[in-house]
Amino acid sequence: MAGERILIVRAPGTNCDREAAFAWETVGCRAERVHIAALAERPEMLHEYALLTLPGGFSYGDDVAAGRIMAAHLERALADELPRFIAAGKLVFGICNGFQVLAKMGLLPFHAASPAPAGVTAEGRQSCTVTFNEPAGFQDRWITLSAGANTPCVFVEPGRSYEMPIAHGEGRVLFATEAIRRAVADQRLAALQYVEGAPDMRAEGPANPNGSTDAIAGLCDATGRVFGLMPHPERHIVATQHPCWTSRGRKADAPGDGIAIFQRAAAALR
Amino acid sequence: MANRVVCVEVRAKAGNGPTPEERDVLAELRGAGLSNAARVEIRRRYFLEGAITAQQVAERAAALLVDPVTEAADVLSETPATTPAGGRFEFEIHPRPGVTDPTAASVLHELSALGLAMRRVWTARRFVVEGAQDSELARRVIQKRLANDCIEQTVIGSAGVGAAAEAQPKSMERRTVALKGLDDAALTALSRRASLFLSLPEMREIQKHFATLGRDPSDLELETLAQTWSEHCVHKTLKSAVAYEGAPFGAGGGPAIRVRYGNLLRDTIARATRELIAEGRGPECLSVFVDNAGVIGFDERFGVAFKVETHNRPSAIEPYGGAATGIGGCIRDVLGCGLGADPIASTNVFCVAPGDWPEEALPRGVLHPRRILRSVVQGVADYGNRMGIPTVNGAVYFDPRYLGNPLVYCGCIGLIPRDRIAKHAKPGDLIVVIGGRTGRDGIHGATFSSGELTDTHADEFAHAVQIGHAIEEKRVLDAVIRARDAAQGCLFSAITDCGAGGLSSAVGEMAGEIGARVELETVPLKYAGLRYDEIWISEAQERMVLAVAPANLAAFQAIMRAEQVESTVIGRFGDAARDFATAGTRLIVRYRGQTMGDLDLHFLHEGLPKIEREAKWSANTPEKNNSSGTQLQTNGVDWRESLRAALRNPTTAAKSWIVRRYDHEVQGGSVVKPFAGRGRGPTDAAVLRPVLRSSRGLAVGCGLQPQLSEVDPYWMAANGIDEAIRNVVCVGGDPRRTAILDNFCWGGVQDAGAMGSLARACQACYDVAKAFGTPFVSGKDSLNNQFALEAGDVDRVVREIARRSGASSSQIEAAIRASGRIVIPETLLISAMAIVDDVATVCTADLKHEAGDVWLVGGFEPIGFDLSAAARVHQFVSGLIWRREIRAAHDVSEGGWLTALAEMAIGGQCGVHVDAANLPDATALLAAGYLVQLADGVSEHVLQTAGVSAMRVAQAQPDSRSLRWGDESLPIEELSADWRSLER
Repeated sequence: MAGERILIVRAPGTNCDREAAFAWETVGCRAERVHIAALAERPEMLHEYALLTLPGGFSYGDDVAAGRIMAAHLERALADELPRFIAAGKLVFGICNGFQVLAKMGLLPFHAASPAPAGVTAEGRQSCTVTFNEPAGFQDRWITLSAGANTPCVFVEPGRSYEMPIAHGEGRVLFATEAIRRAVADQRLAALQYVEGAPDMRAEGPANPNGSTDAIAGLCDATGRVFGLMPHPERHIVATQHPCWTSRGRKADAPGDGIAIFQRAAAALR
Repeated sequence: MANRVVCVEVRAKAGNGPTPEERDVLAELRGAGLSNAARVEIRRRYFLEGAITAQQVAERAAALLVDPVTEAADVLSETPATTPAGGRFEFEIHPRPGVTDPTAASVLHELSALGLAMRRVWTARRFVVEGAQDSELARRVIQKRLANDCIEQTVIGSAGVGAAAEAQPKSMERRTVALKGLDDAALTALSRRASLFLSLPEMREIQKHFATLGRDPSDLELETLAQTWSEHCVHKTLKSAVAYEGAPFGAGGGPAIRVRYGNLLRDTIARATRELIAEGRGPECLSVFVDNAGVIGFDERFGVAFKVETHNRPSAIEPYGGAATGIGGCIRDVLGCGLGADPIASTNVFCVAPGDWPEEALPRGVLHPRRILRSVVQGVADYGNRMGIPTVNGAVYFDPRYLGNPLVYCGCIGLIPRDRIAKHAKPGDLIVVIGGRTGRDGIHGATFSSGELTDTHADEFAHAVQIGHAIEEKRVLDAVIRARDAAQGCLFSAITDCGAGGLSSAVGEMAGEIGARVELETVPLKYAGLRYDEIWISEAQERMVLAVAPANLAAFQAIMRAEQVESTVIGRFGDAARDFATAGTRLIVRYRGQTMGDLDLHFLHEGLPKIEREAKWSANTPEKNNSSGTQLQTNGVDWRESLRAALRNPTTAAKSWIVRRYDHEVQGGSVVKPFAGRGRGPTDAAVLRPVLRSSRGLAVGCGLQPQLSEVDPYWMAANGIDEAIRNVVCVGGDPRRTAILDNFCWGGVQDAGAMGSLARACQACYDVAKAFGTPFVSGKDSLNNQFALEAGDVDRVVREIARRSGASSSQIEAAIRASGRIVIPETLLISAMAIVDDVATVCTADLKHEAGDVWLVGGFEPIGFDLSAAARVHQFVSGLIWRREIRAAHDVSEGGWLTALAEMAIGGQCGVHVDAANLPDATALLAAGYLVQLADGVSEHVLQTAGVSAMRVAQAQPDSRSLRWGDESLPIEELSADWRSLER
């Protein structure tokens, strides 16, 4: 297996790029971590890759707002290339800070090539935002997710549940208008939602950790190929990363739920 | 186009209700007495200065600064300052000129990239409080709760929109300090006036040195000596010769003994390490005590480096920035270890006064302990999380004596390739400074942190506080690791962090054997106007100094540019001719061609006068109960009440509000987290798997027992080490491959009694490290941790301490009354790292849902316990875990075995029945005590025949949900609620 080429873009403050690369390599892909300045110098390199990953972290320190500065950077650097990349049916994957970037670039849930239904418009360029948690503050804890039954998202298995951690202070999804929220529901773009977990997951806290609209944890576009989520699938690659692995009596090398997301995306690339 | 200031004011859109931040601030204001405050609105103000128009800003800048879904903005042209009017109270909080403002820097960069002709950006927060009026109280509340005067300026009303003040340039003339002919009184006065914190013998030595040279020193030379000779940098007390006279060490009494240490540190702590290495015991020590961090072998490819620092003084006056830069500095220590270790984890321990300390008993010059704790947690979280380094282990210890002088310990662990541990700057190498620019921040940090705190310190030493910029440091980290691992080999020959003492310490240390010449005007500055001596000693954050061979410079700088890190050649190593008089190497510091300093490096590093200190200790019979109230006796008291009180004790109670603020899972290596089991009970230590492809792990834990200091610092230290070892053993760490670190925090050590307590603790470190086979690999001390009270404050502080602890604190009260100072209890933090051969074998503390019995293994009287018996217990429990004969292990600590059992039940959500007789005191602290749950089907013979003390305590009952003892029981739900009583 030659392995599909994955581009992981890092910026100052990105800090989940190495574990994201490890996850991709675990499922047989070839991941390369490239600095945003190098990408800006040669934006056409994007087309050498099958999938673009925007990993977690604090790009530019969350200055102004999470993902805002990196979104502005990428918009300038990839103004021509990213629309072509998406139009070619390639995949875009934003994790945590990467999801915040995609939302602030106006790529989720609707964008030019995958627009909102007629008559549903937002005032600004963004149809949604990912903003400060409610209740406030950064939180690192585990949550349980459920994939929408009919979601077009190619990264998740419809109906399946996943356990993985969140680690963010700005993860609350808000839509610009009620009409956009309805359109997202109609098109099943809420690929992942926070749900009540197993009994041994409840001590982590309430199911919806950040007050997100409709408990949305991840959003995709109508093609299902542009996808962003706040939780960290790359932090649940093997059983030992789970807080209950010793109490559940799991084998140390059993696969974690997060790897399934990378596997499914890798399968969609082939 | 003319230069102009335009302000973008961003506010939350109406209709969404208050933001979480607005709600928090409103609650703060009302809680502090502004009960009429009805609503708070917070607006962010971005001041943009440049050849720009309001229209350009509205069209291009606003999109960057505003979230169109939740926010709206107004673009304001220049307007004058105003005072508040009408039925609302308005004020703004601005950073002081020169204070690091990362958001402003990001915005400046991005707007320039968008094509705006920007010159400067600064930010402010604007508060509009409805229902409240400007008043004395309101201003005080702002100062106390919202703004920090050290770094921020509050403007009542509005500062308007206009050009901001810039830092003022200073005179550049070379200044000489007249030492010639000064008498002792004048030397002492000079040391104090210039904030040198040098003792009289040290001042005399310097006077003598320059008399020999036939000249007076420049201010820069004197400052360099003061920085290098500061307690913070050379640990002169711990390295002094000590003559000890007093009670014998170890168990049992006996007549007084006399012991002389030629160098206290070398003859105790370092000696244990030396001897263990010679005996082939302990982990593989790759680098001990010589570098920024200690390094032990991890696997065939890597070593693992560990460093723990304190940042107590800055955290006392500006807790957020103090803690953030504490962790930032410790990360740089690890990055500057060898040729660069890659950080994999951070640790944090805080010692603070109780959170319910009444406002009216707060002495002048002291921040409320609740604010301190909240701010240090926020500082660590903001910095550590942004760095992408998991904060995996820590503790919070409460005692009233940390009121004026809280302790903030920051640790960092890094992975380092075995062939990148040795480093040497070579003559001809260029001196390269990378990372942040140099500003006026953090001047005198090293000397300031060597003296005691007083109520005016916040004003005097505001400039000693540094503000962190985590993303700058993250860029430096990424760049250094890339240059370390370059295909053509490491691109630099030495590296060190620019910490206490700034360039003066970093360059002075690297130049030790070879000399150096520095051209100060080449150092990149944050703003114009720094004097040459300020450039030299500034402790501005996020800078590293490297030695780069000229042949590697181009490749090195190409990597720095690619990672967006500024790098500048500021001089050359080995360029200064040797001093013809002493043949010593020289450190020459020039500014625009003029020599501002020419120091003999031998004098700088070896000239510090050696001191001999007397140490005395008479065994006392202290009151056993202490102010933190952890050692509850069950005799005569209902065990249920004792247990519930022990779980609610702030030191024991759950701190998930802290742990969850830290990203403890980034990098993906987390194997044992701070909480585990169905009920997320506490774990004893963290386990990491730093190399994701390998099953090799590292256990990280800590121990501290300051409540034993009044009994005997020897046993305080011994129990701290024992606790740290218990913690790493409980999760599967190998006690035969465990390294430990010491961090001493003491009060003043001017008198022989204080030196006696220090000597006893050091001797315990030697004795226990030898008995356990656990070498010290790194350490640090912080002395003079005490707060000089204003006379009028003594009484209310003493009365509050008495009120809280009843009769048990009379010694403490008498000491405060006699000295006018609150002195911290002698506090030795022990940090431990242990190899875990295979993470598949780790163990967690939660009771597993099987019918195994719970046994107490070990468990000795903490004062006078047998060290080798304790060592056997540690090894035995480790073997039980490795052979998988036990399913859970938990250390018996504050609150005794009953509290430990309750924590195991909370973690497992599993009932347990105490059904054994003749058990030790249920809530007493024990040494080398473990509770273990035997695996189902494993015979108790494994415990009874081992030659280690073990007794059955209880039976796990998976079908029950209560802790039962005799006829009485407590529901686990209730225990859990008590344990979580401090959670917000």
